[in-house]
Amino acid sequence: MSGRMIADKVVKYILFASAIISIIIVLAIGFFIFRESIEAWTELGIGEILFGTVWRPGIDQYGILAMIAGSLSVTFGAILLGVPLALGCAIFLAEIAPAGVQAVVRPAVQLLAGIPSVVYGLFGMVILVPLIRNINVPGNSGYGLLAASIVLAVMILPTIASIAEDAIRAVPENYRHGSLALGATKWQTITRVILPAGKSGIIAGVILGVGRALGETMAMIMVIGNSAIMPRPLSSNPLTFFLSQARTLTGNIAVEINYATGIHESALFATGVVLFGLIIVVNASARWIIRTQKYVEKAN
Amino acid sequence: MKDTKLETINYSLYYGKFRALKDISIKIPKNKVTALIGPSGCGKSTFLRSFNRMNDLIPGVHTEGSVLIDGEDIFKVDPVALRQNVGMVFQKPNPFPKSIFENIAYGPRVTGLKDHHKLEEIVERSLRSAALWDEVKDNLGKSGLDLSGGQQQRMCIARALAVEPTVILMDEPAASLDPIATLKIEDLIHELSANYTIVIVTHNMQQAGRVADFTAFFLTDESRTGQLVEFNETKTIFTNPRDRRTEDYITGRFG
Repeated sequence: MSGRMIADKVVKYILFASAIISIIIVLAIGFFIFRESIEAWTELGIGEILFGTVWRPGIDQYGILAMIAGSLSVTFGAILLGVPLALGCAIFLAEIAPAGVQAVVRPAVQLLAGIPSVVYGLFGMVILVPLIRNINVPGNSGYGLLAASIVLAVMILPTIASIAEDAIRAVPENYRHGSLALGATKWQTITRVILPAGKSGIIAGVILGVGRALGETMAMIMVIGNSAIMPRPLSSNPLTFFLSQARTLTGNIAVEINYATGIHESALFATGVVLFGLIIVVNASARWIIRTQKYVEKAN
Repeated sequence: MKDTKLETINYSLYYGKFRALKDISIKIPKNKVTALIGPSGCGKSTFLRSFNRMNDLIPGVHTEGSVLIDGEDIFKVDPVALRQNVGMVFQKPNPFPKSIFENIAYGPRVTGLKDHHKLEEIVERSLRSAALWDEVKDNLGKSGLDLSGGQQQRMCIARALAVEPTVILMDEPAASLDPIATLKIEDLIHELSANYTIVIVTHNMQQAGRVADFTAFFLTDESRTGQLVEFNETKTIFTNPRDRRTEDYITGRFG
């Protein structure tokens, strides 16, 4: 066997080993977190952890429902604000902007993905929180879901915008021409043909954005207030729900892990397991949707 | 010659600095089939797309001279309105990933028609005109992508008819179809010519001979600029061309 043939075989095994190692790492992390959480699950009970609304390590109360609600609320808020913005960016870049404008806007949007999380948090603390504090509702500290949702919306923008842009660009040119040739306007072509045809890819982008939002930690700790309470409206106006402080699953771990011991520490690992599970579900559904999209494209 | 439907006067088209079409003057008669023939790259498809301003979509295209429809300058008409009057069928069938019904109803819907009964009428009438109704009437909810290539192309013709244009442009509509599907499209073109002005680009000389009342022969010069060599009744072009180059092309000496 010649040298280059041997090299070919060797490289193949090295690459295979790299792939195996990354799988082992994922499994190891999952296993480790789960092992550390077993004490909490068995001693406190699955129901007590998942559905308990009181988190008070001092009196051994470890219900994480408030943090689940906090994570889901802030993610919902971020999607509500971020998706229209991201979709607008994606449509603008893929369908409307001339090449010169694209060359400026696209890197600018992508730059958002490169800004460290802590800088977002700083921006939220220094700019957004004081602004929100001006809303005159008793109990409004400025810290809370609204500030966190706005920060998170900007953070997930580049993820969703770039995947949605790819999805829109992947729509065959002949759909566009077919629509325009029938006397549809550009906007009608976008809303009636292009977006429906690129729907799966766009949804997958949104779901990946959700995954990113659920995992965000530092920026959330800095602006959400971190009260381990169920988020609730501050007044009779239901919109004041978003002025409520909250705590995310990620924040729960990051804030307390340094001093936690025993069952408290184990309960934090249980929080990690729940987070891990949520992320797996979210990523799997994005993957599934992208796969169905590929299938549809092949059918064309 | 009959009434003129489409006309170009000293029409030239440039892609940036490259001149793709030069000084084309032609009068395309109303409710007849006119074939544009010529070797690949002679600009006949570009010329076809001039009539519904699809070339506007390509960055860097500019034109000189005029293009008239019913005597009116098409560059003074809004392209959206123009394209409702000048339908187009593409080389490769391009159904939308929607049901057959929604494919046909698309054009009327974008112009604002919402009444479902009217839409049903239009869908049936258009599919009948495109000789597709009997094949699909029980499956209007089926995806347009599930039809065969020939059926897809007839659906695209029906889709164009649904907007009630007066002109239909066809860019090698049978190029991707088998001989039987091609024959059906040709029959259809023949039937439609009673009510529509049809301009068809074709590579296939026999096809031009079979379907077209008039034929325009395009050729490129040394600088690859497309020009109109000869335009006449198809019979004349095929049996007694005036230009030597037309004769050479028709008899298969090049192209």
